[in-house]
Amino acid sequence: MSDTTLTPKRTRTIAGIPFLGEAILIAVVIGAYFLFPYNLAFLTRILIMVLLVLSLDLVLGFAGIATLGQAAMYGPGAYAAGLFAVHVSGAPLPGLVVGAVAGAALAFLSGLVLMRAKGLTLIMLTIAVASICLEIANKARDVTGGADGLRGIRMEPVAGLFEFDFIGKTAYWYVFVVVFVVFLLLKRLANAPLGQSLRGIHESPERMAAIGAPVYRRLVLAYTLGGGIAGIAGALAAQVTQLVSLEVYSFNLSAEALIMLILGGTGRLYGAIIGTVIFMTVHHVAAAADPFNWLFLIGFMVLGVVFCLPKGLAHLPTALTRLVRGRA
Amino acid sequence: MSLFFNILIDGIAYGMILFMIAVGLSVTMGLMRVINLAHGGFALVGGAVAHWLMVAQSMSFWVAAPLGVAASVALAWPLERLIYRRIYGFGDLQQVLATIGLTFLMIATVNRLLGSTLLALPLPELLAQSVDLGFRTLPLHRLVVIGVGLAVIAGLWLLIDRTRFGIRLRAAVDNRSAASAIGINTGLIYSATFCLGAGLAALGGILGAEMLPIEAYYPLRYMVLFLIVVAVGGMGSISGSFAAALGLGILDTATRYLVPDFGTIFFYGCIILFLALRPNGLWGRTA
Amino acid sequence: MTRVTGLRVRGLNKNFGGLTVAQDINIDLPPGARTALIGPNGAGKTTFSNLITGILTPSAGEITLNGQDLRALNEAQRVKAGVAKTFQITTLFRDLTVRQNLRLAQQERDGRAQSWFRRADSWPEAEDEIDAQLAAFRLLDLEEMRVDDLAYGQQRLVEMAMTLMLKPRVLILDEPAAGVPSSDSHLITDAIERLPDDLAVLIIEHDMKLVFQVASSIIVLVNGAILTQGSPDEIAANQQVRDLYLGGHHD
Repeated sequence: MSDTTLTPKRTRTIAGIPFLGEAILIAVVIGAYFLFPYNLAFLTRILIMVLLVLSLDLVLGFAGIATLGQAAMYGPGAYAAGLFAVHVSGAPLPGLVVGAVAGAALAFLSGLVLMRAKGLTLIMLTIAVASICLEIANKARDVTGGADGLRGIRMEPVAGLFEFDFIGKTAYWYVFVVVFVVFLLLKRLANAPLGQSLRGIHESPERMAAIGAPVYRRLVLAYTLGGGIAGIAGALAAQVTQLVSLEVYSFNLSAEALIMLILGGTGRLYGAIIGTVIFMTVHHVAAAADPFNWLFLIGFMVLGVVFCLPKGLAHLPTALTRLVRGRA
Repeated sequence: MSLFFNILIDGIAYGMILFMIAVGLSVTMGLMRVINLAHGGFALVGGAVAHWLMVAQSMSFWVAAPLGVAASVALAWPLERLIYRRIYGFGDLQQVLATIGLTFLMIATVNRLLGSTLLALPLPELLAQSVDLGFRTLPLHRLVVIGVGLAVIAGLWLLIDRTRFGIRLRAAVDNRSAASAIGINTGLIYSATFCLGAGLAALGGILGAEMLPIEAYYPLRYMVLFLIVVAVGGMGSISGSFAAALGLGILDTATRYLVPDFGTIFFYGCIILFLALRPNGLWGRTA
Repeated sequence: MTRVTGLRVRGLNKNFGGLTVAQDINIDLPPGARTALIGPNGAGKTTFSNLITGILTPSAGEITLNGQDLRALNEAQRVKAGVAKTFQITTLFRDLTVRQNLRLAQQERDGRAQSWFRRADSWPEAEDEIDAQLAAFRLLDLEEMRVDDLAYGQQRLVEMAMTLMLKPRVLILDEPAAGVPSSDSHLITDAIERLPDDLAVLIIEHDMKLVFQVASSIIVLVNGAILTQGSPDEIAANQQVRDLYLGGHHD
């Protein structure tokens, strides 16, 4: 036995400076606000998408649940928040809670079945769940507005203080604060026992079972948490655009979220942000130039990422450091 | 009774189409372990080329259809050599992404050349006829589809069970490394199998255009459907795909006829229930 | 009342279709036992271990630990009850550090694995315990290394250290020295010799040198059934066993 003292454990920081990442993030958000005052709606869309991709990072990057159906949880969040605003109250924050609960509830119910499947079957079932949700929303025209979309959402001021404006200033800051809070919580989670155990399940479910972890239950938990966050993202989209369409359940949304995450790099949280910003920006610019060639571009982009950057942009620094240092 | 009969004939014909399109997907998944979301793209390419030949070049269906199939095969060969070969060793997600990328490229190409409207494949007069069975009349097209489907499964059975290629293919599906260790050229088998699968998908796409209309977004629209056939049938199993395609074809048709408002929901509900109980499909290998 | 009898296996049977892979096995592993399970390939050693840990369900027979029936428990629940095993082929969390690997097992044992806000390394007593374990296995210098970057012999040590974090009462070591270069095998033997005294250890091993060095009792398994058991001297003198291993690893 040794009598080693407890040494302070290393905290993961960028370049050794605590909270540098968060500071950069805030600086970029403030900078973007002043640089692109006429594109606030688009910037807000990016932020909402960041939240959806973060939820996917929790499910896929942390816990290793291969899914192509994250929209299945985004949708209920959007519809629940939209319906809440139309029928109950236009207060934004309670609406977020309603959206989170709706997303988590769908994730929990579908997760009970999905988390027993693996690989191809799992991927397919996640697509199927989103397809069913789409179909239900389409048929329940009386409630959801069907293909016309859910209209009539009127929002009250955030926390009773900040009125939503035409230019979208309030919406921008409101969404940013929500996304930032969730981001910080996810960062806590990543370094907490739960986040570590999810990484363990990602790497080797068999080994986790052999050290006594209830793998299935924990996967359902991760999927439910991810569903709650995706639900918040959907709720934000509903409140900000004041419209919910069937598109919230579309396969393209799930696929694009996945592409953004892989582009940025999985399991790192910052990867989700970087990937989303790059993807959405390229989309915005390319679609403005020539909408028909957008699919070509994204097709080549995806192939480029898979073949040249299989671990995404966020893993580039690690990969380079290792290359320089050489492996032990 | 007549409703039941209609469901049965339409369902079987629909199932045959699903089988033709999905069987290649199932075999490539079982053999190369690649999740190929772009598989529907080969049906699209076959259908789009046939459409263009018929409409713009005024060719007859009987010439355009085989050329459409050939075009799909001609595309599949280099794609397998250049792209797929590289992704066989990748993880599930990388494969999913790479093949989504390919799907987008296929959609974009068709969209660019032929637009995003429906690409009609008018049936030749011969097939558009009805046949009188004495107690009822049926569109000949349905019967032809069923006949072709049966011919395909019979042909595949002969190919797999009775030829040297089939023996090698089965050996490779059972154990890839052992097969290449005893000198079987697995690379060639992969290419040939992939192309065969693409050709059958094109055939299914062209013959099934009445039920699954050809348009640029075809590969995405029906992706889940084809994947479900594979999952229910069990990856790598030809007979499983056949049984699954027929079962799903009849189930889908029946729900459309009987509960039109909730057909899709009921259909997917059944699938999820089935896969939850049997995650490896009807008689599939464990993934 | 719990009886401290250790692991008791009575009349254990397992059939796969018509094939019997475990036949009427009776074994006692009291606390402190150092028992080796040997036998030719295909004798059913791994099957036996899987039956004890709950990966396989026996066709018949009893498995109890200090009087508690284990049969109704799944793999994870048996770990909680005190049965842990190391894997024949190292299965660690390759992308995590040595310390993180140990911590994963520890936090499952302590039931704080679902805690989501506090940092995983912010339980000081827990970190002290990991330090002690690392020191016991002479792994302290490697604690911040990724497991993937370690030599194979070191990985085997991490495998054992991590499993011990579970504080098991019965430890099954499935070929602890498999794949370890002979220059490093003393690391494994040393580690086994330093295991806690009250732990019951079952070692499944091919390497007869290691078996005779660490085991105080040996069970010989052939075709799913126990051929004989006894002290190392008795087994070494047993003609049947000598025939079985003639030309094998041991002479």
